[in-house]
Amino acid sequence: MSRPYIPKVVTANALLEGDVVYLTADDRWSRQHHEAELIEDEAHAQMRLLHAAAQKSVIVGAYLADAKRGPDGPEPTHFREEFRTRGPSNYFHGKQEEAAQ
Amino acid sequence: MYSYTDFDEAFVRSRVAQFSQQVERRIDGSLTEDEFKPLRLMNGLYLQLHAYMLRVAIPYGTINPHQMRQLAMIAETWDRGYGHFTTRQNIQFNWPKLPDVPAILSALADVEMHAIQTSGNCVRNVTADHFAGAAADEIEDPRPIAELLRQWSTDHPEFQFLPRKFKIAVTGSPNDRAVTKAHDIGLRMVRNGAGEPGFEVIVGGGLGRTPMIGRVVREFLPKAELLPYVEAILSVYNQLGRRDNKYKARIKILVHETGLDEITALIEQRFAEILPVWGGQNDALLAQIEAAFAPPAFREAATDGYDAFYNADPVFRSWADTNLAAHRHPDYAIVTISLKAHGATPGDATADQMRTMADLAERYGHSELRISHEQNVILPHVHKSDLPAVHATLAQAGLATANVGLISDIIACPGMDYCALATARSIPVAQQIATRFDELKLEHEIGPLKIKISGCINACGHHHVGHIGILGLDRAGVENYQITLGGDGTETAVVGEKTGPGFAYDEIVPAIERLIGAYLKVRAEPEETFLETYRRLGLAPFKAALYEAEGQQDAA
Repeated sequence: MSRPYIPKVVTANALLEGDVVYLTADDRWSRQHHEAELIEDEAHAQMRLLHAAAQKSVIVGAYLADAKRGPDGPEPTHFREEFRTRGPSNYFHGKQEEAAQ
Repeated sequence: MYSYTDFDEAFVRSRVAQFSQQVERRIDGSLTEDEFKPLRLMNGLYLQLHAYMLRVAIPYGTINPHQMRQLAMIAETWDRGYGHFTTRQNIQFNWPKLPDVPAILSALADVEMHAIQTSGNCVRNVTADHFAGAAADEIEDPRPIAELLRQWSTDHPEFQFLPRKFKIAVTGSPNDRAVTKAHDIGLRMVRNGAGEPGFEVIVGGGLGRTPMIGRVVREFLPKAELLPYVEAILSVYNQLGRRDNKYKARIKILVHETGLDEITALIEQRFAEILPVWGGQNDALLAQIEAAFAPPAFREAATDGYDAFYNADPVFRSWADTNLAAHRHPDYAIVTISLKAHGATPGDATADQMRTMADLAERYGHSELRISHEQNVILPHVHKSDLPAVHATLAQAGLATANVGLISDIIACPGMDYCALATARSIPVAQQIATRFDELKLEHEIGPLKIKISGCINACGHHHVGHIGILGLDRAGVENYQITLGGDGTETAVVGEKTGPGFAYDEIVPAIERLIGAYLKVRAEPEETFLETYRRLGLAPFKAALYEAEGQQDAA
């Protein structure tokens, strides 16, 4: 039996600011992970990644990152992706700062 | 210090203009990222985890107050009010926005600075002993040679597409503070039988996933022949370097696979071809550059004020004991300003701190500043009578931490807090170790000890040559830290030995504490340093402290 597909989100960096962005189900780029489209089908994931990669004047370096379902939307499963949702740990900069405002 | 010629100025300005247009074309969609990426990297612009990062070269770590103030201005205008000094004597800005980068590069050009060749497979910023031109143990200031190499390597048409990046370090002292043996080319100034200064040429050192100590290919090279010889090395590497495999593409692998004798013969053969057609134009250029590095007019004044203050004030004395080094002029000292306040990010300085250091350099330091690969800032020429005033000003700016060379003077790469390549964080580990040993009030008791932390196998944090090296890895989706012991980045360079399984993020600081506990227990006398004790006893007592005491065998 094949292993179950690990759900994904499409993520990238915004071209102008470099900020981390996530592709939503309604084709927006959100700055927040929980707004991302949680993709549970491999073929669909590839389609969404192609769709993202084509937006070369909006984002840079789109890729699929593992995620899981959470109460408020998708959550990262790997610590690297978790850091990307928040910003560095030595200063209160990046997304954590924006979230506090 | 060296000032741009009209040629340098025009070159840097035209590059800014070129890159400004490239940025414009990227933003309007005429360039794809695949097309733009090599162009931005050639100009020091990376895309990191949370934002872009601009890496600005500080050639051979030398910078003047005017330039330092401009870095402060850039940090405040286009970044987050601080800059990060790196292990390659560069400064990195962590939050620039793409549309602002042309303006930043233009502001850098205003003070004769740039970000050219701070990335890519080319000759990178040439680094030098941060005490160059000031150290008591120096044969000659190595910076004129470093500047000559900078001019030669900048936009060198033959060496813009090397198999991999290429790093050169230069020192003028027998005591190697520039880690020359861990560079693609290390140049150590030595004297020949006739007493003339020249260079010992070391090739094929490097850290990263395959750490290697460089090998000597020439025991004595006359200064005048340096450039054609370096060109010969690059030429051999450019032709034979392993372009087929990124992980085998550095010159260290070529040296290792070819063998020292053969690689030396190939270099000498190429050198014999180049030298006759080289011409003497470089001698005149070098003489001009050397004139620009003439030592400052040292001040003659009494130093008894310093002696009295040293004896009277214990805080000043503690700082003087750790942060000062011997200057070639007996009435002067070299001041190392620690960017390692306990709990702070190693190598970071705020815009205000940059301005304070610039002011101090101007007022008390013959307008010179240096950046060390150990991520501190140096005032290379301070008259001893001015030291109390310098210390008082540093203290007000949070820059008077008396810890240079001690356990909290940690090198740490940006790690997974910023770097897209990192596999684990390194900054918080450094912060926690420094804070912990400050709480224990043990660091002066422990004495000289270099901890170096890298957040991935690429080893920007030089962990292989740390007395204690820490390497952060991703082990099955969890941060894990491997320890190496006994590394040394000086003239007695050696790569550290792995102790065994790694430690989890919340176990690494207690593990370091156990290591230090073991050292304090087994050292022969308080004067025996950690490295000496390790060399005398080997891994065994440290391994026991790391693994047996806490049952950590299953940690990784």
